[in-house]
Amino acid sequence: MMPSFSYVRPGTLQEAVQHLSAKGAVVHGGGTDLLTCLRERIVDVQKVVSIQGLKDLYGVKETAGGGLRIGALTTITEVAEHPVIRERYPGLAQGAAEVASPPLRNQGTIGGNLCQKPRCWYFRGDFHCLRKGGDTCYAPFGENQFHAIFGSGDICYIVHPSDTAPCLSALNAEIEIAGPAGRRLLPAAEFHVLPEDYVMQETWLAPGEILTAVRLPPPPPGLRSTYRKVRARRSWDFALAGVALALQFDGDRVAGGRVVLSGAAPVPWRSRPVEDAVIGKTLDRQTIAAAAQAVVADAEPLAKNAYKIPLFRGVIEEELERISRP
Amino acid sequence: MKKKQSIASDHRRGWSISRRGFLASAGTGAVAMAVSGRIFASPMGNKETAEMAPDVLSKITLHVNGHPHDLLVEPRWTLLHVLRETLGLTGTKEGCGRGECGACTVLINDIPRYACLTLAVEAEGAAVTTVEGLLDGETLGPVQSAFVEEDAFQCGYCTPGQIMSVEGLLRKNPDPSMDEIRMAVSGNLCRCGAYSHIFKAAASAAKNRRK
Repeated sequence: MMPSFSYVRPGTLQEAVQHLSAKGAVVHGGGTDLLTCLRERIVDVQKVVSIQGLKDLYGVKETAGGGLRIGALTTITEVAEHPVIRERYPGLAQGAAEVASPPLRNQGTIGGNLCQKPRCWYFRGDFHCLRKGGDTCYAPFGENQFHAIFGSGDICYIVHPSDTAPCLSALNAEIEIAGPAGRRLLPAAEFHVLPEDYVMQETWLAPGEILTAVRLPPPPPGLRSTYRKVRARRSWDFALAGVALALQFDGDRVAGGRVVLSGAAPVPWRSRPVEDAVIGKTLDRQTIAAAAQAVVADAEPLAKNAYKIPLFRGVIEEELERISRP
Repeated sequence: MKKKQSIASDHRRGWSISRRGFLASAGTGAVAMAVSGRIFASPMGNKETAEMAPDVLSKITLHVNGHPHDLLVEPRWTLLHVLRETLGLTGTKEGCGRGECGACTVLINDIPRYACLTLAVEAEGAAVTTVEGLLDGETLGPVQSAFVEEDAFQCGYCTPGQIMSVEGLLRKNPDPSMDEIRMAVSGNLCRCGAYSHIFKAAASAAKNRRK
């Protein structure tokens, strides 16, 4: 049985924000991650604020500028199957299709996928780790085969579990947020928190704030996007290594774009070394080989996750190869 | 979109009047209500509600297998808990209780979801279907029959969840490929390893259902 909490399902965003400003209040979107966290007692919750009653948080709409607004409560299945997303931002549709299992995709939302808690077994387990307000990270000297090879700051070694976040970051999306101080937009690439900035929170949402939507810019000319996820089993697992590519092609040449890794770091990890290796070049064998070396040049593996080094090389090689053939 | 609508109407043909009347207000009707400016009901079918205190029983109505049930629930009770412990519908199983095994899969508005990760209060207004709801009187539904005929289980513990995932697949996609079948039950673990028979049962159910 879960610990006790009060429950409210407000009908307006303003009421939801008011409820969320109370101490120990949390957002319930699809509820898949929240209920797991409650059951495992890794969050201290007094009040569950369901946002299912907020009309403005549903649906996928074209924006005036030619982009898309995806309401936070759009399910992962809806994102994966949406015809416009599949056509214009296939990388995001692919990322969504790789999330968890079909029932979880039917219930989990795009907003919740961006706000989910990490899967580190010390964090999820009975360990009073740094991220839960303790004074130790257990990963560097423990079972660290699924932990980060970038971005830990030698503080916390979680990998961010989202498959859609790297895609949104690569596609230059923005996160729409509503809160006590009104509405604001944040680039998807700046939505998640590095341990060195603050170890006890995964996103930059302030108390009382709700992620209301993600906004995709109109696809730039020549955009191709993909997502690749490698995991221990083919279904229902988190990424060991993954990459979201959003590259703009001018003929055969990569004119610009972004490369963002999953399963790599405490946040979706933008790989500037790979971007530097491919932008301005055609994706021939030499360029791809250089990019595959570059992706792990700055990696800092732990005792049990050094297998991620050749894995990321392989993922980058295969995905650049794939995206080079439209 | 067109495909979805035709499947939904095809599915509804087999339902009782009360069930159909309910869906009209909770499902497609939600859009019309939102447009006409009346109280918004989410795709789940639930509307705004006042704060329910912790540890206190609040009254909700759940629509399970075509019947409304007025129930007293605590906010923290899951749909799985209420189905089994309050309504006595023990066909839905508790396995892991954390969304990893699929034994508790039910349909919510025709879509497979895990009842262990759904609060009962969240399912208010939605059409919940459990494995018991696939019976027509005392006759097994096509998916249930196919599981029996194809010997698609050993211990049987995961079977209700497998059946609900296949039922959900066929309501959305009456003619699935083998890959689509495998994908549809990929959130349902079978420790006995009856997968190949489960895939066969799903294919045979799809065929029988289309007859």
